[in-house]
Amino acid sequence: MSETADRVKKIVVEHLGVEADKVTEDASFIDDLGADSLDIVELVMAFEEEFGVEIPDDAAEKIGTVKDAINYIDEHKG
Amino acid sequence: MRRVVVTGLGLVTPLGADVETAWANILAAKSGAATITRFDATDFQTNYACEVKPADHEYGFDPGKRVDHKIQRQVDPFIVYGIDAAGQALEDAGLTEMSEEERLRAGCSIGAGIGGLPGIESESLVLAEKGPKRVSPHFVHGRLINLISGQVSIKYGLMGPNHAVVTACSTGAHSIGDAARMIAMDDADVMLAGGAEGAICPIGIAGFGQARALSTGFRDEPWRASRPYDKDRDGFVMGEGAGVVVLEEYERAKARGAKIYAEVIGYGLSGDAYHVTAPHPEGSGAYRSMEMAMRKSGLALSDIDYINAHGTSTPLGDELELGAVRKLFGNAIGDLSMSSTKSAIGHLLGGAGAVESIFCILAMRDQVAPPTLNLDNPSENCAGVDLVPHQAKQRPIKAVLNNSFGFGGTNASLVMRAL
Repeated sequence: MSETADRVKKIVVEHLGVEADKVTEDASFIDDLGADSLDIVELVMAFEEEFGVEIPDDAAEKIGTVKDAINYIDEHKG
Repeated sequence: MRRVVVTGLGLVTPLGADVETAWANILAAKSGAATITRFDATDFQTNYACEVKPADHEYGFDPGKRVDHKIQRQVDPFIVYGIDAAGQALEDAGLTEMSEEERLRAGCSIGAGIGGLPGIESESLVLAEKGPKRVSPHFVHGRLINLISGQVSIKYGLMGPNHAVVTACSTGAHSIGDAARMIAMDDADVMLAGGAEGAICPIGIAGFGQARALSTGFRDEPWRASRPYDKDRDGFVMGEGAGVVVLEEYERAKARGAKIYAEVIGYGLSGDAYHVTAPHPEGSGAYRSMEMAMRKSGLALSDIDYINAHGTSTPLGDELELGAVRKLFGNAIGDLSMSSTKSAIGHLLGGAGAVESIFCILAMRDQVAPPTLNLDNPSENCAGVDLVPHQAKQRPIKAVLNNSFGFGGTNASLVMRAL
């Protein structure tokens, strides 16, 4: 597992209060991890802080799964 | 008019996060006051308060017991305290599993005086330091006063009236009085009613300190600071926590064989129309509030055995309240006991009236008046009144009066009796 994936999963566990083993790369934030749309706004903010990337709203809307988040961050972090 | 009874109790206090622990510590004359741990208050007007203790403390509060981890992160402490106390009250009443039909007739009226001050403070700092895009998306609904009622209704599926009183330090008493009327008026059959507060944060202590409302002179011995009616009192000690009761229509409670703690029989409310923080110099608002509650109750003045006073330990307020009680009760004052449990848990602001109503109910259950701590040298005006100094007192208690008065000159009084 990549370093980005580890850090993303840690943030998801902390913010959504879910068990770590449920945070698979295919897990959907809304369908599998119980997030609502505002939780995703909060998660995106946490990713931006953690990785120093900017995730614009139109990109954030496309982040549906853990893997989507990891990929976006890996592609955009400096 | 439909009768209203109390069938469940829930408490989160600086002396215990469940009803029996908190009450045992109150009767044991313990104090919840100590040096503030949430932040370094060394350079503040005062550096002590009555904080709800952490989960690893002997009588601490474990927020994870009834509040999801995610919600704990999103909302201010007063909401967490309120959700937990409401859950306790529903469990105590045996009403956590109601049918849809019952839940359509069950509501919430759980308020607060101030609301999410710690979160407003911390997110304002985020805004100033990092800009608007770093403010939490949960900022608004994690701070709003009616979000205890909102969260509790979602958690337990309560679809009846959803309300929240905001009347400063009278909130808890107004919440119970208003909710009792909703049941009496047939708007609901069951209501969760009460109040909460969690405002022990830098801006909260600084603000009340600047209003000259807080005790400041007991830095070395904070447990001596809350001393209602004592000559050396110098302001209130801030507390935090929540109190919630289950109110239920009497015939329904009886039919299901519920444990009935008390009946709410009188509710009085008034405005001082005088000053934003100072009580009316003749205590006229307090008097009219109590007088209305007594009149509605149908009881004789001599029927009241115990008064849980507003008694915040401020120089002005305590004596004016006592004067109003003396004026209303006349000779009957010699036969009752009156104490201020704020001497032990501090002033829970919006939670105070509800927590103290629960203490009144337990006083009737156990036939014991809780003590006024630190009452070493009563003011001259206190002569001839049993203020229950230092130690709890066993005595017959069949009917009680609870007073709560708040900034803005808002007053509420409740009369309850044992059945």
